[in-house]
Parts: sequence; C-alpha cells; structure tokens
Amino acid sequence: MQRPVATLAAHAVLLSYTALALFPVLLVLFNSVKARLAIFRTPYALPNAETFDLIGYDTVLGSANFPLYFRNSLTVTLVSLALILLVGSMAAFALSEYRFPGNVLLGLYLAVGIMIPIRLGTVSLLRMMVALGLTDTLLALILVYTASGVPLAVFILTQFMSQVPRDLKDAARIDGASEYRVYALVLPLVRPALGTVAVFNMIPIWNDLWFPLILASSEKTKTVVLGAQIFLGQYVNDWNAVLASLTLAVVPVVVLYIVFSRQLIRGLTSGSVK
Amino acid sequence: MKRRFPVHILVFLAPAVLIYSIFMIYPLLDSLRFSLFAPVEGGGLRFVGLGNYQTLLNSPQWAPQLWNALSNNFVFFFIHMLVQNPIGLLLAALLSSRLVRSKAVYRALIFTPTVLSVVLVGFIWRMILSPLWGISGDFLNLIGLGSLDQPWLGQESTALVTLALVSVWQNVGIPMMLFLAALIGIPDELLEAARVDGATAWKVFWRIQFPLILPTVGVVAVLTFVGNFNAFDLIYSTQKAIAGPNFSTDIMGTFFFRTFFGFQLQPGNPTMGAAIAGVMLLVILTGVLMYFFGYQRRLQRIEL
Repeated sequence: MQRPVATLAAHAVLLSYTALALFPVLLVLFNSVKARLAIFRTPYALPNAETFDLIGYDTVLGSANFPLYFRNSLTVTLVSLALILLVGSMAAFALSEYRFPGNVLLGLYLAVGIMIPIRLGTVSLLRMMVALGLTDTLLALILVYTASGVPLAVFILTQFMSQVPRDLKDAARIDGASEYRVYALVLPLVRPALGTVAVFNMIPIWNDLWFPLILASSEKTKTVVLGAQIFLGQYVNDWNAVLASLTLAVVPVVVLYIVFSRQLIRGLTSGSVK
Repeated sequence: MKRRFPVHILVFLAPAVLIYSIFMIYPLLDSLRFSLFAPVEGGGLRFVGLGNYQTLLNSPQWAPQLWNALSNNFVFFFIHMLVQNPIGLLLAALLSSRLVRSKAVYRALIFTPTVLSVVLVGFIWRMILSPLWGISGDFLNLIGLGSLDQPWLGQESTALVTLALVSVWQNVGIPMMLFLAALIGIPDELLEAARVDGATAWKVFWRIQFPLILPTVGVVAVLTFVGNFNAFDLIYSTQKAIAGPNFSTDIMGTFFFRTFFGFQLQPGNPTMGAAIAGVMLLVILTGVLMYFFGYQRRLQRIEL
C-alpha cells in the first residue's frame, strides 16, 4: 500500500462524516422503540429488554389514519412516477428519433421546467384545481408532480435514447414494425435511464410538504409526510407516537433508495446529468 | 416511401406537452398575470398593473418583510455555497481517490439524510438542539463544551444560520454525488500521467481534476441557488409559517406561503402572494441566466 497515513486520514474524515450523517437518524429510530421515560432519561442509550416498547407504533397505527396516509403517499408517488416515465419516454423518443420542424425549440421549451420550480405557479394552480373541482383529491397531486417531473425525464431520456443504435430500429422497421412497436423495443434498452429518472423524482414527490398542504390537506387525502407533520403538532407530548410516525413516514423511501441507489450513481456517472 | 402526416409523432409528444403546458407553464404564466390584479371591496378584481410590486417594494407594511425575507434567503444560500458545496467536494474527492475502498458503503450512508423527509429532519434537529430536552446539553457537558448549549433555534441571532446548517446536513449528498460523478468521469490516463511526473495528490486535484469538473461546479451552484430560493419545507416544519423567532428565519418561500394563505389575524392575499412568487421567479431567473450566459459561456470559450 502506498501511503498508509493518507489512507487513514481519508477514512477518518469519511467515517466521522458518516457518523454525523447517521447519528440523528439512528437517534429517531432507536428512541421510537423505547418506553416514554427512557426516551427522556437516556436518549443516547440503545433500547434494551427493559426499555423496549412499541407503544408509539400502536398509537400511530391504531388511532390516526396512518394506514390511509400511507396508501395515499404510495398511490401518488407510484402513479406519478409511472406517468412521468410513460409520457416522458414517449416525448423523448419522438425528440430523439424524428427530425421535424420545431424539434429543437420543443426540446428547449420542455427543458425550461428543469430550472423553474413549479411552486411559483401555486396561486394559479390552486385556483385551477378549485375550478376543476380537484382540490382534496390525489389526482391534483398526481397531475402537478407529473407536470413538474416531465422536463428532467425528457432531458435525460432523450440523451439515452439517441444513443440506441439506428440499425436496431431500422431492422425492426424493415420487419414491418410500426413506430409504436419500435418505441416499445427501445424502452427496455434505456432501462438504467428510466431507473435514474425514477429515483430523481421519487424522493421529492414522497417527501413534498408544499402541495399536499395546499392542494390536498383533507383527512382523506393526506400524505404520510403531511400526516406526520400534523401529528407532530397534535401529539406534541406523545413522543413515542411522534417518533414512530416519523419513522414510518421515511421507511418506504429509504427502502426504495437502498434498492435503487446503484441505479442512481450509475445514471449520474453515465453522463446523464452534466 | 410514402409521405404521410406523421400522426405518431403527435401521439408521442402530445401527452407530455399537454400535461406540462397545462399544469406547469400555464400556472406559472397565469400566476404572473394574476399578480397584476388586486381585489376590490365587495369582491372581484381590478387590473393594477405593477401596483402590487410597487406596494411590495415601497409600502412600510410590505417592504421591510420583503427585504427581510430576501436577505435571509441570501444568507441561507451563501451558507450552502460556503459549507455544503465545499464539504460535498471534499467527500467526493476522497471517495474518488485511490486511497479508499468500500466507497459504495460510504456513499450510500452519507446520502441517507438526503432521502429523508424534512419533517423528520426538522424534528430530530430541534430535539437535539432543544435546551428543554437537553439532549445536546448533556452531550456537550460530557465533552466539556457546555457553553455551546444554547437555544440555537430560539434566538434571533442564531436561528437562521442553524437552520441553514441543518439544511446543509440534509442536502450535502447532492453536491457530493454530482461531484463524484464528474470526478469518476475523468480518464485515468490523465491522472496517471501527472502522477508519473511526480505530482502530489493535492496538486493532481487542484491542477487537473478541479479544472476539469468546473462545469459541475457551475451546475451545483445554480442548483443550490434555485433550490434555496424555492425552499420552504424545513423552515415551515420547524418554525411554522410564522418563521420565528420574530421572522428571523423568514425566507421567500415562507413569506410567499404566509401572504398567500394568511396567518393568525392577517387574511390570505392571493394577488399579493402571486406578486411575491413573481419576485421569486425574477430572482431565480436572474440566477439561472447568470449561470448560462456568465459561467457556462465563459467555460466554453476556455475549452475552445
């Protein structure tokens, strides 16, 4: 090995930063399964046989509508992701495959949304959703997230799709495949890019507080993050319940992140984001 | 081949273009248009031109709030630029160096806070920093730094910086990943050549790697800018819409939200809210255009 001191120093920096990144998270996790008194007396201690208590989870899953919030979050996130991937890949296919008047201009028009946050249109979005009768529906959230996810999806997927060899597509066409068949043929070839787009969109959609608060804050349509935020206000003294609700609110996205994290770095390093 | 009207192109493009135009571009433009109106007594709206913007900039009721939110937002942004992005760069440099194996584990763990909801992040840091719970107090006393035990989020002088650092803690994974991707993309031969010539790792980084990832430095800066001037969730989650103590943590996002929806005794004011969104759009556009025409263009010239 070349320089043990440098290696050691590098590990020391990385290890301490990792500790800083994880310590608060673990604090929530461990304290969420401890009895009430133990949370206050020994917040830094690991739960043991004496202090282990799942009462917080009982409260959350029993009293509040958490299972419903969970379904809402899952529905909104998954349907939005599916729509972003579908309409995004279709548009990206057209932009990368065909030359037509306005091709470049349309690409630019769609790219504008990468940099401009959709939140700035909130006043008008709310009025629109009221007019359409869509306030307090999950559909309102799905439409907003899909619209705001499309620009980056088209941008990334266009780059990947233009790398798919021409011969492949032309061979299919000679065999009599329709353009729709060709699209269906290309789609599996850009799977890594689809994964990247999914990860990029998944985290902000699941964690968003702004639009659930403004467009869908009714009991029926609350997402789990908004539910946890409100729960926090109501049960401010029930620390077991608060910690349990917070843990539950992040578990799915952390699991998805672990599943997709290799996809994320692979997508980044293959030059999709410059 | 027969030339027909390419229906399929339309079919491919229509869904994305429609949903994007209706639910993103139209609301942005309509919100700007809406900011040119003001409510009249007895209901209804009337056109006031740039009246709302004038009120925002000049009236004693609004102007101090706007400047407070705007300057707080710049502080918020500069802390991210000075702390988050250098740390992100340092971590990426270490992770891309030949010194460290097991990179994937570090990378994944350090990125974890980024995937968490701000509700959890805000809560956990409020808990750690709360003098009431004393969790940080005990800890600091333990390591002999008891004087650092202060109500960081409760003091006007420290709340904003503290929240900015919490946001840095959460988001440092993003610049880290982007820098890492750029560093990995540098061809090995280039670095090998320098090493053979006897350059130290420090020199290789600053003379070769860093200049080559300058485009990413620009991307990270502009993403930080846009993200920060659009921020809301963390402040709302920890300090509520009132952005206390005494508005010391008020940034454009919370100012916008409070104006639009109202709070306590002040009723919501959608047209004024739209005007604040207009100001935010202007700030963000200025930042993005400065990046495209100032930074990226100059880089391209250098490359040529």
